[in-house]
Parts: sequence; C-alpha cells; structure tokens
Amino acid sequence: MRSDRSQSAPLGLKIAATCGLLFLHLPILLIFIYAFTTEEKSYQWPPPGLTTQWLAVTWNRPDVWEALSLSVRVAAISTLVALVLGTLCAAAVSRSRFFGRETVSLLVILPIALPGIITGIALRSAFSLTDIPFSFWTIVLGHATFCVVVVYNNAVARFRRTSGSLIEASYDLGADGFQTFRYVVLPNIATALLAGGMLAFALSFDEVIVTTFTAGQQQTLPIWMLEELIRPRQRPVTNVVAMVVVLVTLLPILLAYYLTRDGDQVAGSGK
Amino acid sequence: MSIASVTATRQAPVSAILPARGGMLGALSDLFWRRPRFLLALMLLPPLLWLGIVYIGSLFALLLQSFFSIDEFSGLINREFTLKTYAELLQAANFDIIVRTVVMAALVTLASIVIAFPIAYYAARYAQGRWKALFYLAVMLPLWSSYLVKVYAWKLILAKEGILTWLLAKLHLLWLLDGWLALPYVGGNSLSVSATGTFIAFVYVWLPFMILPMQAALERVPGNLVEASSDLGASPGQTFRNVLFPLALPGIVAGSIFTFSLTLGDYIVPQIIGTSRLFIGQAVYSQQGTAGNIPLAAAFAVVPIVIMGFYLWGAKRMGAFDAL
Repeated sequence: MRSDRSQSAPLGLKIAATCGLLFLHLPILLIFIYAFTTEEKSYQWPPPGLTTQWLAVTWNRPDVWEALSLSVRVAAISTLVALVLGTLCAAAVSRSRFFGRETVSLLVILPIALPGIITGIALRSAFSLTDIPFSFWTIVLGHATFCVVVVYNNAVARFRRTSGSLIEASYDLGADGFQTFRYVVLPNIATALLAGGMLAFALSFDEVIVTTFTAGQQQTLPIWMLEELIRPRQRPVTNVVAMVVVLVTLLPILLAYYLTRDGDQVAGSGK
Repeated sequence: MSIASVTATRQAPVSAILPARGGMLGALSDLFWRRPRFLLALMLLPPLLWLGIVYIGSLFALLLQSFFSIDEFSGLINREFTLKTYAELLQAANFDIIVRTVVMAALVTLASIVIAFPIAYYAARYAQGRWKALFYLAVMLPLWSSYLVKVYAWKLILAKEGILTWLLAKLHLLWLLDGWLALPYVGGNSLSVSATGTFIAFVYVWLPFMILPMQAALERVPGNLVEASSDLGASPGQTFRNVLFPLALPGIVAGSIFTFSLTLGDYIVPQIIGTSRLFIGQAVYSQQGTAGNIPLAAAFAVVPIVIMGFYLWGAKRMGAFDAL
C-alpha cells in the first residue's frame, strides 16, 4: 500500500532545515538594525540607541548619488544589450538543431561559470593589449557579457514551453515573419524577457568583481561600498547604503519570481 | 470557358503558392521562410560576435599574457614567449597561495553540502503548495541579494564588539571562542580577522548555489524508494547512505561546481574578512594592480581555469550537468 506522501518530517530534519534558513536570513536582517544605530565608530552590539539621522546624512551625500546614478545607467544599458543578445541566442538554440549548438550554450554560460576574477582580468588584459582606455563603456562591456546568460536561461525555458505549432499556424494564416514575431512570439515570451531583464539588472547593479577590473577611476555603487569596507570613512552611511541596496535588489527579484512562477522555476536558477 | 479563366476571375485564393510579398520587409520575410538557415545564422551572429570577440578574445589575451614575462629591472613587460612566469608559480610563496585557496574551496564545499542537505531535502520531499514557494523564495532571496552587503553583514557579526561575541558572553561560552582563536591557522585576534571568519563568510555567500541544484536532484528521487528502503528494514542512516545520497549525488556535484569555482576566484571575502595571508584572487588582483606584474597575474588566473577544467570534466562523467 502506498503510504501518505504528506506525512510530517522527522524532528531532526525540521530543526536542521530551520537552522539552515535562519543562517541564510538573520545576517541580512541585521543590516536593517545597524542602519539605525547611533554608534559611529564601531560595530557595537547591541546598538546603544536608535536614530534616523543617518538617512538624512546619506541623502545629502553627493558621492553616494553619483555612484548610484552610474550603477543605474550601467545596469540599464547592459540589460538592454543582454536582452537583445540573450533573446536572439535563445531563439536560435531552441527553435532549431544545428552543428555546434551545445557549444553556443556553453559559450553563453561560460562568463558566469568561470570565477568573476577571470572574466575581469581577461577583459583588463584585452583592454591593455589593445590600448582601450577605461570608460563607462568598458564597464558596460563587461556587465553585458555576463548578463546575457540570465536572459538566455529565462528565454530558453519559455521557448521550450511555447508550442512551435503556434508559429506555424500564424504563417498558415498569412502573417509574415515580422508579424508573427510581433503578434505571436513576443506576447508569449514577454514575461520571461521581463523577468530575465530584471534579474540581469539586479546582477549588474550588484556586480563588483569584474567592475574593479574594468572601471578605472569611476565608482559604481558596489565599488563605492567596497572602498568604504576597506577604508571606512563614515560607517553609519555605509550601513544605510547597504540597507538601500538590499531593498533595491529585492524588488526586481520578487517581481521576476512572480512573472515566471507558473510552471518554470527558472527565474534565478544558476545566477 | 476554360477552368483556368474561372480561377483567374476568382482572384485565385485557392492557389497553394502565394505571390511574393511586396516591399523590402516582405521580401526579407519570404527569404527567412525559404532559407531558415539564413535566419538562424542572422540570429546567432550578434551574440556569437559579442561573446566571441569580447569574451573569448579576452580569455585568449589573458592566456597570451601569461606566457610573457616581466623585466625585473625596468618593470616593463617583455613580450616574448617564455614559461618563466609559470615557473614562478611553483615558488614556495606562490604555491602556498594556491594550496591555501584549494583547501579553503574544498572545505567550503563540504560545509555547504552538510548545511544545504536538510534544507534541500525538506523542500523537495515535505514542503508543498505555498510552503514550497516560500522555501524557494527563502533560498532565492539570499542568492540574489547584494553580495557585498552579505559580506558586510558578516563583518558586523564577527567583529570583536559584534553580536556573536555578545551572544557567546550571554551563554557563558566566551572561553570556547578564545580557545578557538588561540589555535594556529584558524585563529587570530578576532573572528573577523581569522581564517575561520573567511570560511564562514564563504559558506554563507555560496550556500544558495548548493541548495538549488541539490533540491532539483532530490525532487527527482521518488518518495517510494525511501519508503521501500525502510520497509526492507534499513535504518534511516542506511537509507541515506545507500539510497538517498547516491541518487542525490549528481545534484551535489553540480552545486559543488559553483561553491568550488566561486571560492577559487573570490578576492573580496578574504580581503574584508580574514588574515593577511593571500588567496589566488587576491594574488591576481595585487599582481595586476599595485605590482603591475600582469604576466604573473595572468598565470595565477590560469590556475583556477585549469583546476575547474578538470573538475568539470570529472563532473560531466558523473552526470552532474543533467542536474543543473
């Protein structure tokens, strides 16, 4: 006789799983408390008092705004590039079989599978060999390269679920290739692209390792934070920025999850 | 009246072959339909050009640089083929860095497996409906939340005046912490400047990368296999060793690719939380930055590529890629 699948878990497993999840979440929650501490010089716990003054101080810091604006611009353009390249690649790989198909998917995944420092140093040595000066565009070049994979992953999963007969039906009814793309393919993959785009944005917004190699003198927000972690100037401001970064990356991820949750759990698998 | 003229007067909607579309877009659309390979090539061209030139080109540039050497007197890069730079990797100081990084990556991977297994197993076998979604989000959110913030959070926790010391003091366990910190290799002045701290931060940052593939592999283990095993008299431990673990192995190996590779290449975590002893990533960073020795930095960077190459080769043989 088949026993009931919904029997409850052994106590030990429950405790271990709960502890594991607490281990994953408590440290992030701690950031929220530290953003309001009155302590300036150390990481003292428990905080001697709570205050909201650091929010105002951070708000009036031009360097934070500059870093934030650079990060948003880089992430936006990298996401656009990644959306175009990732969708093209996904469409090609999922709609047909051809020689070297496996190699193409490997090539897309490689920038994220190899450690970031390798992508970083590789780009830097290419820039130095070809005498390309560091600029806004060198940062975008690096970011777009590893953002392609998240768009690609989401789009491929959606293409796999979209029936090819829809496209054939569209052709049979007299639509041309562009109309088919506009009225049949695009509506089908739109939410997957949106989700992929958001994840690409979050990935780029948060990137630090590759950026340190491709940025020159400019500071994205993560670089600004790294700088503060190594040589702290005003710790409470760092705390507030950390809290804001958590909140800013949280939203696109939750949205991406809700856009792709029915069926394919691909939104973030394989960052 | 002939049949042909009848169809002609009806403006021929019955014909199977439609007339060519007018305009450039129409012609293009027809071309795509008649030659799907052309469309395929056109779609593949931009991503392949980008990845091929930007990424593979860069990797090649890196490989090339690692065969150059640096002139010790002038500090200029000598662009002639030599293996001298690779020989430098074998010097005691540099070889130590490689060994230290590989040992750390292995330990982090083992710890991730141990911590991830209960979460993945619970999510795969017992969580249902809303709970399953919640579990998934509970793993996804830490995976995607800012890497630097996560490292920073551990700096706050492990600091001498931080929450961990406070907690241990409340529990009257400070002697344990002090005893641990007094040990060689793993100890230090406080946890935030010890190898133990580096280890904890690494495990924390990469743990979700282990949970997801492991859960995917465990989802595929039919529940009745576990029940059959206990029906046949196996203890839970035996069931785990002989049934569950071998079936989950591809997922574990897939997860370990991430934890191992990411630890090998990281230079932020040991820089913020840890001792002054370098890891491969830090060596790459400081060689190319302050030291200006790009050939040695490139040679150091090739080490993780080679190690991961072997690792991936082994993983592929174990069927880990099906679990990704």
